[in-house]
Amino acid sequence: MESLGIYYYWTFAVLLMVGLYAVIAKQNLIKKLIGLSLFQAAVFLLYITMGKLEGGTTPIVTEAQANALFSNPLPQVLILTAIVVGISTLALGLGIVIRIKEEYDTIEEDEIQEIDKR
Amino acid sequence: MTAFHSHLPVLQVIVPMLTAPLVILLNQKRLPWAVATTASLCAFAIAVTLTMSVMAGQKIQYSLGAWPAPWGIELAVDAFSALMLLVVTGASSVALLAGAQSLDRDIEDHRQPLFYAAWLLALSGLVGILVTADAFNIFVFMEISSLASYVLISGGTDKRALPSVFKYLMMGTIGATFYLIGVGLIYMMTGTLNLADMTFRVEDVADQTPILLAAGFITVGLALKGAIFPLHAWLPNAYTHAPNMVTVFLAACATKVAIYVLFRFDFIVFQPNLVGHDFQLTLFLLPLSILAILVGSSVAMFEPQLKRLLAWSSIAQIGYITLGVSFLNVTGITASLLHVFNHSLAKGALFLVMACLGMRIAQLRIDNIAGIAKKMPWTMAAFVLAGLSLIGVPGTAGFISKWYLITAAFESGTMGIAIVVIILISSLMAVVYIWRIVETAYFRQPEGDSEITEAPLPLLVMTWVIVLMNIYFGFVPGVPIELATGAAQLLHGQIP
Repeated sequence: MESLGIYYYWTFAVLLMVGLYAVIAKQNLIKKLIGLSLFQAAVFLLYITMGKLEGGTTPIVTEAQANALFSNPLPQVLILTAIVVGISTLALGLGIVIRIKEEYDTIEEDEIQEIDKR
Repeated sequence: MTAFHSHLPVLQVIVPMLTAPLVILLNQKRLPWAVATTASLCAFAIAVTLTMSVMAGQKIQYSLGAWPAPWGIELAVDAFSALMLLVVTGASSVALLAGAQSLDRDIEDHRQPLFYAAWLLALSGLVGILVTADAFNIFVFMEISSLASYVLISGGTDKRALPSVFKYLMMGTIGATFYLIGVGLIYMMTGTLNLADMTFRVEDVADQTPILLAAGFITVGLALKGAIFPLHAWLPNAYTHAPNMVTVFLAACATKVAIYVLFRFDFIVFQPNLVGHDFQLTLFLLPLSILAILVGSSVAMFEPQLKRLLAWSSIAQIGYITLGVSFLNVTGITASLLHVFNHSLAKGALFLVMACLGMRIAQLRIDNIAGIAKKMPWTMAAFVLAGLSLIGVPGTAGFISKWYLITAAFESGTMGIAIVVIILISSLMAVVYIWRIVETAYFRQPEGDSEITEAPLPLLVMTWVIVLMNIYFGFVPGVPIELATGAAQLLHGQIP
C-alpha cells in the first residue's frame, strides 16, 4: 500500500509514458505534438508536487506565523518558466506542421516519407 | 579589473540577445545582416577577452542582480567554458561574415530580419549555456537556442527541411525534458540549482537512488541533444536540408554545447558523489563511442549526398569526443576537448566549402561535382586541406587531437591497444570518404559544360581563413592545448 500513498508520482510516471508513447507510435504529426505536450505536462506536475508540504502554508512571513510550515514556492516559479518554454515549443511545432501541410498536403509521417523518397 | 570588465560574462549573453529584437525592426537590404554580424563579432571579442583573463589565471564569477551565489543565479567562466565560447562565437561570426550571398539565395528578402534575429537568439542561447553556473538556467538557455535553431534550419527553401526539423523538435524537446526531470530530482533531494553548491549538497543526501535516477535522465537527455550514437537520428537530415550557412554554424557548435553540459554535470556533480559512477560512465560511453565511430564512418563512405556525408562524419567525430572522455584520465579528457575545438575548425571549413559549391550547383550530390576542381580550383583546394585535417594528417589541427587520443588510449592499458586499432581503421575510412569527393572533383570528366565559376570572394576568403587556421593550429597548438588541459584538470580533479 505504500506505493499507492505516493500516487502523485504515479500520475507523473503514467502521464510521462502516455506522452512518450504517443510521440513514438503515432503517425499523425498533430497527435505527436499532443503526446509531447502531455510528456511535458507530466514534468510540470513533478515539480509542482515537490514544492508542496503536508500542512504547509503560503510562504509569506508575518509575525503571527513566523514559525509556520511553509511550502516551497521556488518549484512553481521554475515550472512557470518551463510552461512558457513548452507553449513556445508547441506553437513552433504547430507552425511547422502548417508549413508541412502546405508543402506536402498531408500530415501523416509515413506519407511524407513516401513523398520524400520519390 | 575595471567595472566594465567585470560585467563581461553577462554582456556575453545580453549583446546578441538584445540585438535580436533590434534586427527585426530593420528592413533595409543588408542592414539586418550587418547588425547581426556586428553583434556576433562583439560576442566573439568578449569571448576572446574572457579567455585571456581565464588564461591569466583569473577566476571569473558574476552574480546576477548582485544576489549571492547559492540563492541568486551565478555566471562563471573557467577554461572549459572559455574554450567553448571561442568555438561558438567564432563559428557564428565566421558563418555570418562569409554567408551574406549564400543566405540571400536561401532566405527571401522580406524574411531576412526575422531570420537574423533567430540567428542571434540561437547564439545567445548557446553562449548562455556556457557562461551560466545554474542548472535550471542551462535548461532555459538550451530551449532558447534549440527553438531558434529549429527556425534557422527550416528557414530555407528546401521543403524536406520541414519534416527533418519536426523530428529534431520532437527529439530535442524530449531530450530537454529528460534533463529537466533530472534537475528536478536533484533539486528535490538537495534544494539547490547552483552546480558548485550541488556538488557539496549531493554528498549529504542519505538516499542516493533519486540522484542515480537523475544521473540517468540527465545523461540520456543530453545524449539526445548531443547526437551521441544511437540517439543521432535527427542529425543527418537536419544538417542536410538546412541552409548551407546554418549548417556551418550549427555543425560547428550546437551538439558540442550539449556535450559540454553532459561532461560538466557528470564530472562535477555526479563523479565525486555517486559510488561507481566513473565506471558506469565508461561502460555507457565507450561502446557507444566505438559504434558511433565505426557506423558513422561506414555510412559516410557510401553516401552520395555531400552534406549528409559530412553529417554522418560528424556523428563519427562526436564518437571521438565521447571516446576520449570515457578513458577517464587527464590525457583522454584533454583529447576530447581538443577534438571539440579542432573538429569545429575542420568541419566548419568543410561545410563552408559546401556553401561555396552550393552557390554554383543546385544539388550537392557527388555526381554533380565531377571535374569541378578545374572550374573552382580554390574551393576544392580548401576542401582537400580541410579534409586532411578531418582525417588527422600531421601538420593539421586534426592530428593534434588524434595524437592525444591515441596517447590516452595507450595509457589506459591493454584494452587501449584495441581502441587504437579502431581509431586507425576509422581514420582510414575518413580517407576513403574524403578521397571519393576529391577523386570525383579532380579526376572525373565533367558531364556537359556548364558555366561554373569560382565562389564569391567573401565566402572563399573566409573559407581559406578557416583552412589556414586548421594548419596554424596544427603547428602552433599552444592555446587550445592549454585551455583543454586546464579544463581537463578541472573536470578530472573531481574524480576521486
